[in-house]
Amino acid sequence: MTFEQMQRRAISEWEALEQSSVPRILVGAATCGRAAGAGAVIEALQTGLRQQGLEATITQVGCIGLCYAEPLVDIIKPSRPRICYSNVTPQIVTQLIEDYLIKDDPRPDLALGTIGDGSVEGIPKFFELPVLKPQVRIILRHCGFIDPTNINHYLANGGYSGLVKALQMSPQEIIQEIKKSGLRGRGGAGFPTGQKWEFCRNASGEPKYIVCNADEGDPGAFMNRSLLEGDPHSVLEGMLIGAYTIGASEGYIYCRAEYPLALERLDTAIKQMETNNLLGDNILGSHFSFHLKIKEGAGAFVCGEETALMASVEGRRGMPRSRPPFPANSGLWGKPTNINNVETWGSVAAILQKGAEWYSGYGTERSKGTKTFSLVGKVERTGLIEVPLGITLREIIYNIGGGVVEGKQFKGVQTGGPSGGCLSSDFLDIPIDYESLARAGSIMGSGGMIVMDENTCIVDTAHYFLDFVQRESCGKCVPCRVGTRQMLDILERITKGQGQPGDIEQLQRLAETVRDGSLCALGGTAPNPVLTTIRYFCNEYEAHIDQKRCPALVCKELISYYILPDKCQGCMICLRNCPVEAISGGKRMTHVIDQSKCTKCGTCLDVCPPRFNAVVKVSGEQVVVPQRPAAVSASS
Amino acid sequence: MVEQIENMLASYKGEKGGLIPMLQKVQQRLGYLSPEAVSQIAKLLNISESEIFGVASFYAQFRFTPSGEHSVKVCLGTACHVRGGVRILETVERELNIVPGGTTQDYKFSLERVACFGCCALAPVMVIDKEVYGRMAPAKAKQILAEY
Repeated sequence: MTFEQMQRRAISEWEALEQSSVPRILVGAATCGRAAGAGAVIEALQTGLRQQGLEATITQVGCIGLCYAEPLVDIIKPSRPRICYSNVTPQIVTQLIEDYLIKDDPRPDLALGTIGDGSVEGIPKFFELPVLKPQVRIILRHCGFIDPTNINHYLANGGYSGLVKALQMSPQEIIQEIKKSGLRGRGGAGFPTGQKWEFCRNASGEPKYIVCNADEGDPGAFMNRSLLEGDPHSVLEGMLIGAYTIGASEGYIYCRAEYPLALERLDTAIKQMETNNLLGDNILGSHFSFHLKIKEGAGAFVCGEETALMASVEGRRGMPRSRPPFPANSGLWGKPTNINNVETWGSVAAILQKGAEWYSGYGTERSKGTKTFSLVGKVERTGLIEVPLGITLREIIYNIGGGVVEGKQFKGVQTGGPSGGCLSSDFLDIPIDYESLARAGSIMGSGGMIVMDENTCIVDTAHYFLDFVQRESCGKCVPCRVGTRQMLDILERITKGQGQPGDIEQLQRLAETVRDGSLCALGGTAPNPVLTTIRYFCNEYEAHIDQKRCPALVCKELISYYILPDKCQGCMICLRNCPVEAISGGKRMTHVIDQSKCTKCGTCLDVCPPRFNAVVKVSGEQVVVPQRPAAVSASS
Repeated sequence: MVEQIENMLASYKGEKGGLIPMLQKVQQRLGYLSPEAVSQIAKLLNISESEIFGVASFYAQFRFTPSGEHSVKVCLGTACHVRGGVRILETVERELNIVPGGTTQDYKFSLERVACFGCCALAPVMVIDKEVYGRMAPAKAKQILAEY
């Protein structure tokens, strides 16, 4: 079958679906949707439809990005726009079936927005919502719209037309096109993709390899997972284009084992490519042959570093080595190898499909196109977003994210994971591009963006990241292995109230040594979270060291819980729930916490009924309370 | 047993960089890397057992002792951390009376801490076997454990 025939077949399947005479129901069933309860929603839909004797198709789609509103269910009735319903439960499914499918009441009270032509009274346009208006969807264009397990859905929406175009061009022309697009590596470092390909293309040695780095190990980042789960073919198309350009005949996708659904989707997609002559020998009748394998990661953060990743693919301990030689000259099994991140490959497919000029219309002078971010932490609307580069942090956090949770005070935002930095509110208006973030001491990174509020302790956060890299340090080079341990020990002391004068300076000195002396980027960037937090939040360090106080009330050794006798009503809820029996009291007796037994777990504060509000958490101050339970006074 | 392991690994023979996929297959089937399996792989690949232990012990995924019937994994990614993942872990530790890496005496649960599941928008997250539980709270975690 020729590509044109394949495409025609796919389009007719897609059109038949769009003109279907029965309602279509789309359920967001990526990992995040499932965690929010999409499985129960699908079951409820199936049962409900059967009980009512209704006909409808149910399709599981990828994540559209609004994780905060999951589970999401979209209903498309013939000749009506698609309506997206949020926070759907099995109970709401029953209501939607009865009210919308049977009685034709679209229930605007449950709807989030309409997608496509036409409108429904009382329901806003989905893409006009504040969370979506500033976004530009290029990489994520199909996520939430197509069935990721059906190659025809991808083909019908322009899929693999970029590959067909590429096969008619010379490799040099493709490299020029990618250079013109301004695409830079989306794994975080931002190296120009076209140039990287050129190096590998010009390197001598056979065979050549290409690798997709899907070892998304940054804690707090899930952009690659979402793309692989929602639109695997777009990544694979990018890889084919890269392989053809570079002259590679074999390729690997290195995907972390913590992403079982992404691995499943990739496996399905690769089988479909093989059946459709999009993989294997003489792809689409051309002279281009390419074979692709999935390698499952085994749980090592350092394997996201390219030389460590290659060692792992070869079946060895995933330890980095010094560069040069660079992988372009000596990579997998000593052969020229080109490694790009999932998102870079996804962008390549879009650039070839629609042209470099169109792509470079987005972004800034030196950072072109769009970037996906996982917007998480203490922000109202958590989720996966895609924005043109150059947008400000303020726009992302306040317009897209809806601001800080519960109207709390914004403290900072962490970008770039353990290699990145924490930026304070002074940086809310800088444009997000590779250079601006680097100037501020952070990095673009792969796209994790974690918002912190007044209840987040900065020292604890720095400790968290350092603890993470310390655990994940492969141990090969001394500055990283020993230096991060020393830094962690100091931070641990500070968070325990044993900080000393000079600790901050010592941390800075160690940080410089680790940064300059480490073999790979894991160690080289490991001090960033510490350095940026000292730079922008020094007062919090000082509070911990000088006053033995944690202003955010997080560091356990520096906080205490007390029960206020004038508010306690002796309801005994906290007493019964305390896991270490540190609370004494009785019915209608004011309760008392035994500070020597208390493990500061915070259960008492959680369970104290809001109408009493008798438990307080303090740091650096003494609250005077009675030593023993006493009768609740009549007046209170 | 030897035959069973041999059958399991037949398809990997000759695969470049096949050691890690082989170990993964064994662990998926047996729940851990048994000494018999390691010695079998060593013979198949013609490498020493110590080399296999060297590779396997580098990666967090591999374990050398049998695991419990249910694997409980608590996420301690950044988003989970700022939203209280540690408290979830502490609750599970207390409920099961084991620390990460441990297995309950009745071999019902094994506990692990995980760097990130990528469900950050639903933080904090806990995973039992293949079921992902989002928006956790200590009380909710207790309740879920009780259902197993």
